[in-house]
Amino acid sequence: MPAVIAENIVKRYGKKKDTVEALKGISFEAAEGELFGIIGPDGAGKTSLFRILTTLLLPDAGKATVDGLDVVKDYKEIRNRVGYMPGRFSLYQDLTVAENMEFFATIFNTSIEENYNLVKDIYSQIEPFKDRRAGKLSGGMKQKLALSCALIHRPSVLFLDEPTTGVDAVSRKEFWEMLRKLKQQGITILVSTPYMDEASLCDRVALVQSGQLLSVDTPAGVRGAFGKPLLAIRATKMLPLLDNLKKAEPVIDAYPFGEFYHAVMQPGYDEAALRNYLGQKGHEDIEIHSIEPDIEDCFMDLMKN
Amino acid sequence: MKQFLSFVKKEFHHIARDKRTLFILLGMPIMQIIIFGFALTNEVKNSKIAILDNAQDVASAAIRAQLDASRYFDVVRDLHSYGEIEAEFRKGAVKLVVVIPQQFNTDLQHFNTAQIQLIADASDPNVATTLTNYATAVIMDYQDRITQGRKLPYTIKAEYRMLYNPQLKGAYSFVPGVMAMVLMLVCTMMTAITIVKEKETGTMEIMLVSPVRPMKIVTAKAIPYLLLSMVNIASILLLSVFVLDVPINGSLLLLIAESILFIITSLALGLLISSSTGSQQTAMFISLVGLFLPTVMLSGFMFPIENMPLPLRIISNAVPSKWYYDIVRSVMIKGLGFSAVWKETLILTGMTLFLLTLAIKKFKIRLA
Repeated sequence: MPAVIAENIVKRYGKKKDTVEALKGISFEAAEGELFGIIGPDGAGKTSLFRILTTLLLPDAGKATVDGLDVVKDYKEIRNRVGYMPGRFSLYQDLTVAENMEFFATIFNTSIEENYNLVKDIYSQIEPFKDRRAGKLSGGMKQKLALSCALIHRPSVLFLDEPTTGVDAVSRKEFWEMLRKLKQQGITILVSTPYMDEASLCDRVALVQSGQLLSVDTPAGVRGAFGKPLLAIRATKMLPLLDNLKKAEPVIDAYPFGEFYHAVMQPGYDEAALRNYLGQKGHEDIEIHSIEPDIEDCFMDLMKN
Repeated sequence: MKQFLSFVKKEFHHIARDKRTLFILLGMPIMQIIIFGFALTNEVKNSKIAILDNAQDVASAAIRAQLDASRYFDVVRDLHSYGEIEAEFRKGAVKLVVVIPQQFNTDLQHFNTAQIQLIADASDPNVATTLTNYATAVIMDYQDRITQGRKLPYTIKAEYRMLYNPQLKGAYSFVPGVMAMVLMLVCTMMTAITIVKEKETGTMEIMLVSPVRPMKIVTAKAIPYLLLSMVNIASILLLSVFVLDVPINGSLLLLIAESILFIITSLALGLLISSSTGSQQTAMFISLVGLFLPTVMLSGFMFPIENMPLPLRIISNAVPSKWYYDIVRSVMIKGLGFSAVWKETLILTGMTLFLLTLAIKKFKIRLA
């Protein structure tokens, strides 16, 4: 039985006149023990979705279950089982690291000792600072403390809302390694992130844009569904190059990507003709590589359709 | 239970670590008692007055001495002509001038009647009224002494006694007032603010996604403030008994029990405010404007309710602190027992139950 099921979830905000539909009918399933990523830009509806699944908000339409329990009817039971880490650092800043941990252990009717092995890897990194107030920790350490607190009662499903936003690259990497280890302990993890490069670290991902699901698949599956040749192009006069690429006959779409432009091509395009065309437009040192699409390319492509 | 205790412990940590707020919470009642007791008093003591004595006889000298001897007045000037009076007032040197006419004693002895003129600086009307009343009282006192043993035809004299507060001390009315004000501030405002703070910082979000029942969260929040309020009541009562000489005439136990009832009323109000607001500023604003002002204005502690227009008199009945103020005055100052305040207690209990029910009903188990 899937750990999380969402069926046609709709969430609207605001009064009658100017309602905003934050979620426009989202459906997906996350299997037990899965590391499931919800990927989308800011304002896509990730937080609304998480709040509905953690029983903090009521959906306007649709149904959702967590661990087989209905998020509306059985909210009390769900609150016993899940772990939730909101997007903003939400622990008590004036309590020390150890006091925060103890407090959260007690309110979940457990103790630090009881589940120490689960949080050991993470908590041991911040334990040297256990007498420091949580407000005085660095960003990365705050995340670790928040994760430890969300885990202390061994939740069956863990909801992490943008845990890596505002965290440096090294800490982000460490954080994902921790999630991998937690997954091995059999905990289902739902994690949302605006960073496309983190998608490949999930078992499966749901791509969300403006309250709608674009695709739910494994990262490889998402990439495989791209189905069109993709080129990375670089040349002199980068500014007019993008315009010229967009006007070129076999180019479906072109957009900046790092120091290259990515161009989505019609199948069976002619590379020599493209070089020729760009040469005519006055570009020199033309570099063209055929590349595999990554999640961001797929996201751009799905958004267009 | 362990859950609950750990919550209470957490709240104590919050309070103890915010030293500045704690200092204000504990210092405020002491400050208020001292300010009201010594600075903002409407009693008149040692007011400077002048005397224009045109008679210079036995009776006028006796009156002058009696005025000077009373603790309300200090005779600082002896004037010699009417022209000087205006000048003295303009300088602001005196607040009252007593004018005794020529042949004062002769008139008094021969015609059995004489006149004294009291001229007061009425730029502050309250002070002027008080001063003329006091001066009249002193002069009447003198008259009583010289008429002793003599039969005067048809004299009706009003004897008055100020019950419960014979010296008409201001402290008798503001000690209960400050108690109501402090409890309202500490309990209502602080509960509202701390709960809203948890919403603002997002900790409420985590709290809700936990097995703890919301009511437990809220009750745990109330306990430290209940204790803090008890400390405040103790310091107010100690100050009023030992510094301001306001005795506790009634039962201390009854006073404390009634105070606890009012604390619960205030906590319920704070809870109600917290569930209808989303930011600490709003919570504070509502507590101040919506509760603190009515406590000061409509509880009868600053301004007598009897003198208010009917609509305000009706509204004042909805202010919980009005009832608490009445109870404290009855128990503490008049020394009355429960039988005298059961009606007020019942009304306050009813209000508390109503507010608590409303607050619990309105408490959000979700974010929106």
